[in-house]
This record gives sequence, C-alpha cells and structure tokens, in this order.
Amino acid sequence: MKRLISALALSASLALPALAEPDPKDWDAVVAEARGQTVFWNAWGGDPRINDFIASVGDEIEERYGITLEHVKVSDTATAVTRVVSEKAAGRDEGGAVDLIWINGENFVSMKRNDLLFGPFAEDLPNWQYVDTEGKPAVLIDFTEPTDGLESPWAMAQLVFEYDAEMLPNPPRSAQELLEYAVENPGRVAFPQPPNYLGGTFLKQILYGVLDDPSVLQVPAETVDYDAVTAPLWAYLDELTPNLWRSGRAYPQNEPRLAQLLADGETDLSFALNPARASAAIADGELPESVRTYVFDEGTIGNASFVAIPYNASHKAAALVLANHLLDPATQARAQDPNVLGFQTVLNMEALSADQRAAFDALDLGIATLAPADRGVSLNEPHASWMVRIEEEWAARYGVAE
Amino acid sequence: MLLSKPVSGGVADALLRQTPRLTIGLLLLPVGAGIFGTLAPALGWMPALGGSALTLDAFRSLIAWPGFWEALRLSLVTGIVSTALSLGLTLWLVASWQGTALFRTITRLLSPLLSVPHAAAAFGIAFLIAPSGWIARLFSPWATGWTRPPDLLIVQDPWGLTLILGLVAKETPFLLLMTLAALQQVDGNRSRILAESMGYGRVTAWMKTVLPLIYPQIRLPVYAVLAYGMSVVDMAVILGPTRPSPLAVQTVTWITDPDLSLRFQASAAASVLLFAVIAALIAWWLTEKLAARAGQRWVFAGARGARRVQASRGVALSLAATSSALVFLGMLGLALWSFTGLWRFPDVLPASYRLTTWEREGPVMFGTATDTVLLAGTSVALALVFVIGCLEAETRLKIRVHPASLLILYLPLLVPQIGFLPGLQTLAISFGVDGGFWVVVAAHLVFVLPYMFLSLADPWRALNPQYETVAAALGAGPNRSLFAIRLPLLLRPILTASAVGFAVSVGQYLPTLLIGGGRVETLTTEAVALASGGNRRIIGVYALAQMILPFVAFALALIVPTLLFRRRRGMAIS
Repeated sequence: MKRLISALALSASLALPALAEPDPKDWDAVVAEARGQTVFWNAWGGDPRINDFIASVGDEIEERYGITLEHVKVSDTATAVTRVVSEKAAGRDEGGAVDLIWINGENFVSMKRNDLLFGPFAEDLPNWQYVDTEGKPAVLIDFTEPTDGLESPWAMAQLVFEYDAEMLPNPPRSAQELLEYAVENPGRVAFPQPPNYLGGTFLKQILYGVLDDPSVLQVPAETVDYDAVTAPLWAYLDELTPNLWRSGRAYPQNEPRLAQLLADGETDLSFALNPARASAAIADGELPESVRTYVFDEGTIGNASFVAIPYNASHKAAALVLANHLLDPATQARAQDPNVLGFQTVLNMEALSADQRAAFDALDLGIATLAPADRGVSLNEPHASWMVRIEEEWAARYGVAE
Repeated sequence: MLLSKPVSGGVADALLRQTPRLTIGLLLLPVGAGIFGTLAPALGWMPALGGSALTLDAFRSLIAWPGFWEALRLSLVTGIVSTALSLGLTLWLVASWQGTALFRTITRLLSPLLSVPHAAAAFGIAFLIAPSGWIARLFSPWATGWTRPPDLLIVQDPWGLTLILGLVAKETPFLLLMTLAALQQVDGNRSRILAESMGYGRVTAWMKTVLPLIYPQIRLPVYAVLAYGMSVVDMAVILGPTRPSPLAVQTVTWITDPDLSLRFQASAAASVLLFAVIAALIAWWLTEKLAARAGQRWVFAGARGARRVQASRGVALSLAATSSALVFLGMLGLALWSFTGLWRFPDVLPASYRLTTWEREGPVMFGTATDTVLLAGTSVALALVFVIGCLEAETRLKIRVHPASLLILYLPLLVPQIGFLPGLQTLAISFGVDGGFWVVVAAHLVFVLPYMFLSLADPWRALNPQYETVAAALGAGPNRSLFAIRLPLLLRPILTASAVGFAVSVGQYLPTLLIGGGRVETLTTEAVALASGGNRRIIGVYALAQMILPFVAFALALIVPTLLFRRRRGMAIS
C-alpha cells in the first residue's frame, strides 16, 4: 500500500518543472537535494540474497540521508534499458522512471553510445578515493569500453567453476581438459545458452583457452581477421557440443538453472561470476557441503559490476548519494561477507584506514570460496564487438535445430 | 415484445446508450495504438533509435535469422495442437460424464486448477517429469538402476511436446469452465436423456444434441486459447524448446537485448506473430464450417454410436485426471520445495527442511499481496460496471451488438500481448500517465473486461425474457427488474465472471510491468522476477501465494450462490 501511495504521489510530482541537474562536485548540495527523494534502483531481482542486501542498503540511506530506496526487481537488466529507450522515444527527457541501473558490458556500451546516461559523475563521488583503480583496472574499463565516469563500480566478479569434490575428485583445469572430460563423460557438462550473459562468458573463457595470443581480443573484432582468430573456437565447440548435456539439443537458459543442474546431479560442473556463490548456496542448503570452487590454470574472465544513472532520471541527487554509499567501506565489507553476498570489493585495502580494513580482515571466506590469492589470473573481458559476432555465429551454428 | 419507456429513465438511458461505445473505445484505443506502435518500428520508423524511413529491412533481417521458419512453425504447431487437444478433451469429458456425481466432483476441482498461475504450473510439471524429477526419483534407483539422472531430453524437447502438455493441462480447465457456463443455459441434460431414450449411446447423444448448442457459445474462448497458445511466453520459456524458441519467446529476447538496433527486428517478429495468429484463427474458423457440415450429415445419418465409443468415457476421465494430477502434484512438489534445505537425486523426499524461505519472503509478500488485491478488485469492479452496462443496454434499449464491435471486444485476447504492449507503453509515457495505480488499472481493464464479458454475455442473453415480461406485467420498471430479477438470477455467472476477471488481473505480467514502469508491484511481477532466478524454493513460495488469491475468488463464486440458493432447487447446477 505504501508503494502504491508513493506511486500515486509520484505520478503527480512528474508534472512539476524539473530542477537544475545536481553537480557531484558540490557534494553538500547533492546530499541536501537528495533528502526526501525516492530513488528507483532497477536491479536484477532473481537472487533473494541480493534482494536482502539491497533492502538493507535502503534502510541505511533512509536513516542516514532521508532517502527512500525502491528496488525495482527486473528479470533482465535490458528491461530497464528498454524503459529508458521508450521514454526517449516518447520525448520524456526528464522525469524518467529509472533512477539507477545495475549495469555492465553490452548494456552499458549500448546506453553510452545512444547518449542515454547522466554524467560523468563517478570520479567526483567522495568515496571514489578508496577505489582500487590500479589493482583492478576493470573498474575503469568495462569490456574494453572506457567508463568515462558514466558508471560507478560497486562489485568485482570473476568466473569460478563449481564441482562436487565427492563425485569428481579431479575436475578439468583448462579448456582442453574440459573438452577431454566431456568426451569421456558425455552429458555431464552444460553451459547457459548464449546470448545469456554467463553462457557468453563461458564462450569467451574457451576462446582464451584456445588462442595462442589472446591479446588480439582487446581490439575491435573488425580490425583483425575474425574468421582466422575464432576458427579454433568453432573446432573446439564442434567437438564439445555433441558431448554436452542433452547432446547440445537443449540448454539451460541462465545461471540459476545451470546451478540447479549441479544441485540435481544432472551435471558435474557449474560456474558462476560470483566466487562466493557456492558457499552461500551451501549455507542455504541448496548445494551439498562437498561442493568446492576452482579456476582454470590459464586464468578466468573477470569484470566489474557498475551502477549508472539514466540521462532523464527523476531523482539524480538521490541516485548519486546511493552510488556513493555503495562505495562506502562499511557497505563494501558487508557485501563481501559470504553470509550476506560474497561480492568482492572494488576498494583498495591500502587506501583504507586500519579500522576500515579490519572489517574486511574479519571476514570468513566461506567453505567453498577461494582466497583472493588462489584465484589466479583475472582475464580481461574482450572488446564488446567480439561477443556480438561470436553470439551471432554461435546462434547460427548451434542455436537452431540442424 | 414492446416495453413502455420509463419516464424517469431519460438520463439513465442516455448513459446506458453510451456505455457500449465507451467500452469499445476503452478497448480499441489501447490495442489500436499499441499495434501501431509495433508496426511502425517493424517498418523502420522509430525516431528515438534513428529510424525515420519506411523500409522492409527489419523483415528481411528477421527472415535471414536462421531460426525464423522453425520458430514460426513451433508457434503455430504448439498453439493449434494444444487448442485442439484441450477442446477435444473438454468435450469428450463433458459428453461422457455430464449429469453424474463424478462430474460434480470434477467441477469442484476446477477452481484450484484455474488458480494455478501458468508459470508455476510449468515449473511444477518440469520438476515432475525431468530426468532428475519427482517421478524418476520415485523409481530410482531400485527400479531404474539410476544413481545419477539419465541424460534424456524430456523437458524442452525440440518438438514442443512438453510445452503442449503444459498448455493442455492449463487450458482444459478454462474451456471446461466456459462449457459449464454455457451448459447452464441450454438444458443439455434433458436433450441428452431424450436422445438416449431413442437408443443413442451417452457420448453420441451428447455430441449430436448438445454440442451444436454449446459450441457457438464457447467459440470465442476457444479462439482466445488458440491465440494464447501461439503467443505464450512464460510457459514456453520453462517447457518449450530453445533451439530455436517459439517466435514469441524470441521476440522477447530481442526486445530485451542490449543491442538496441534489434528492436526493429523484434517489432517485425511481433508483427509476423500477429499475422500468424490471424491466419490461424481464420483457418480454425474454416475448419469449424467444414466440421459443422460433416457433423450435420453425421447427425442425420442417425447412427446410435458403437459401444466402443461409449466405453471411451473411462479414457476421457483418465486423461483428464492425468493432466490435472500433473498440475496438482507439480504444485505439491513446489510447495515442498519452499520448505526444503537440501534435496538431491534420487531422494524421494528432502534431506532437510527449513523455514528460511518463508521467513525471508513472507513479510515482503504480504504488502505486495495487498497491492495485488487492490488492483484486481478495482479492475473487476470497474469492469463489472461496464459489462453489465453493455448487456443491460442490449436488453433494455434493444441495441444489437454489431459483429464487428464484438470482435473488438475480443481483440485484446486475440492479439498477442507482445504485439501491442511495448507500443502502448511508449504511448503512455508520452502522455506522462505511466507508473500510476489508475493507469495500471486501465491496462488491466483491457484484459479483464473481455474475459468477464466473455463469461457473462452468454448466460445473460440466454436468460428467459419471460421473467422480465412477468415483472413488467406486475408493474416493475426496468431498474427494478434489473436489480430484483436479472442480477439475482444471474448471481452465479456474475460471480464466476468476477472470479475469472480477478484471476486474469492477478496473472497480468507484461501490462503491469510495462505500463506500471516497474513501480507498481504485484505478486506476479515479483514472482516472474524471482522465477528468472530459477530457485524452486522461492518459486514455491510465490506460486502458492499467487494461487491462493484467485483460488479464494473462485471458491467464493462457487460457495456464495450455493449458500444463498440452498433452498432453491431450480438454481442448482445439475
């Protein structure tokens, strides 16, 4: 009911003339303007742990800044992007419904190229001083696209593989070993069907594994011989696909359904971009205690999660305060707690005070989570153009019945 | 029959006269604007994304997509086959069992079946029949020897059979409900008994005497089922094939793709789906004509029906029982999952139970449920005013509904949602009216109103006009005769229609999400967002909550008249 009333009040307030844009350089003015605003944060709503975390962040900014947080639970980030596109199509250049989007990769590139974002703002946030821009370059470069301050990072992700150590004592530790394992054990390996985000990440991981010189992936695919570069990937997949779960005739659609296959014992391997997901799932009784995680010897794909503000957001000041609060050392430490989220921090431990650091040091990693030192090399996301072409070609080769 | 015009009815009559026109506008405007908003980008016009020239490029790239023909074929086949099977099963069941005690038991099972949301039913069925599902667990490893689930392609099979199964399990109860409503008006039992006394077998008697009376009344619901089956998204995502998916699912994938230029292709796909639905409806209608002609010859031939046909009633019953058991057991499975900790293959029951999921979701859900009831209640109340207004205008002012305007009434049910809602959203935003409670009510009304009209119109029109004549002869004016005679006599269909409308409103996903701008939350928008996470525990919690609301509505629709009319035998359903 409260939500309905605020929605009613909101539709009335939309008729008011717009205020001048908030300037993050004048932070006190931003905080003053944000007081009393309601910020609509569009974020994927498929994981109860993430939803709980967002709700607790809402309680904090309510108390500290007088801001109400409404979590708009979307089933796909692109829903929020579509929303902004529709608003632009309809000529609503102010008073938009989306204030903040959890975003990265192709969605970000798409919004940036279509001038749908507010900013630059990220580097003017007071908590930006703590962000680890040197040790974690992915906070400045999203899928090789410079963020240009149009999005602010709030969590690091890295691909980790999950397996049941009791069923599978020696999991495959490279792309090549994975292929051999699948050929010997047909039907026990699966990946989500591209263009699903995690499925695409798997293809990129394999691409890294089959290339002699992966540095070519950092430049746009159009500037090199795409066919020659990707030929080993297709050779690999031609061999892997008939040995996949359901012989590659059906695919799980997304990360949770891939994870469910491991939980149901239908597959031997799963993978996730959140290194602490397995521990949290064990704690919730979704996976047996014998599940462990590991990374490939050649390293695994790593990237960052961001928040961005649409150009026509109604409550930019509150969105800025929220983006800044997400970088608060205390918030970051809580997000990294495997009992809460297990998301890895974007902050630089060196930049924190001893007290702030203590909160991170006190964290227990969780039974199945690798220590940061054991996570090996974090591989850069290829340029976004690679994924566009690879997904297209994958769909043509494997995505439709032969 | 001539009725004298009441002196005081001037203003009321003028209002009443406008109601049908208003209703038509209420439905035509959003659908028409939405279709325009879909067709325009398909033809290249979408200024926000730099499309300002008329071209067929979007259609060209759609056809060039390798999965196009297969996706289109899947949409057509799953829609048509599931409709034919659902209709066949419904008629077979009614023909074999109407008038028996068993039949009354079956009708009591209807409301819970109708209350199960489509997506939840699909998840439940998937958990039952998957190689790691409940049925396999029940027989493993002692009978099957499986210690690990076998690698069998059952759910998401390339032919769409599982999807068809899911659709039949959900649509048969809907068609059965519509058939029951129609049966009340035609006194099928006596026709059948008369035919039986002439030596016709039970099934043959029903098919020859009752079916021709019933079918015209359930024709539009059948069309709605056909259009739904061809454009369904949520069930198809769970049970349908993925290489490629049916066209509707693929359209949603493109709409939600970060590459904004795919919006044009998505609109083209939505347009193709729109035309495919129209073509399928026309084909169905032609088949009806042919079947009617063949049926006439069959009736006049006078065959009494082989004993084998009559013996088939057991088959009909077991098929119906299987399809409802799938839904019920699936829901039971999900309910169990909502209390489950670890539950691995091949355990028949969970290894550990916990309340965490309910503790976590419960408090949030309560608030959302309140909003959902408020939205659905408002939509149903408004729709009821319009529906009764239209029907009363028909009765009182002798306004005959033109077939064309009838079609408009059913337009929102026959046009795939994905074909006009994105366009409608753009419209709402440009008028600055999106995101509020009343706009969402208006959007729900577009779907609630036709379904309620669909359920109420036939009982209303079939009501014996002599009641009215007698009332008028006794001095009752038209208003009194409406409130004292017609409405009480029609209480059962009115409540059933309201329950249907309530369930329709509760089940709306795309309209709530798109028109509400994500700011109006209902159990369904929450459930679909959470279902995208595929976590059976949470899906269990929300599926139960989503099911309870319509269930209460249907239960009230059954119980209230029974209580009120318990001393009036003529008002009982036989």
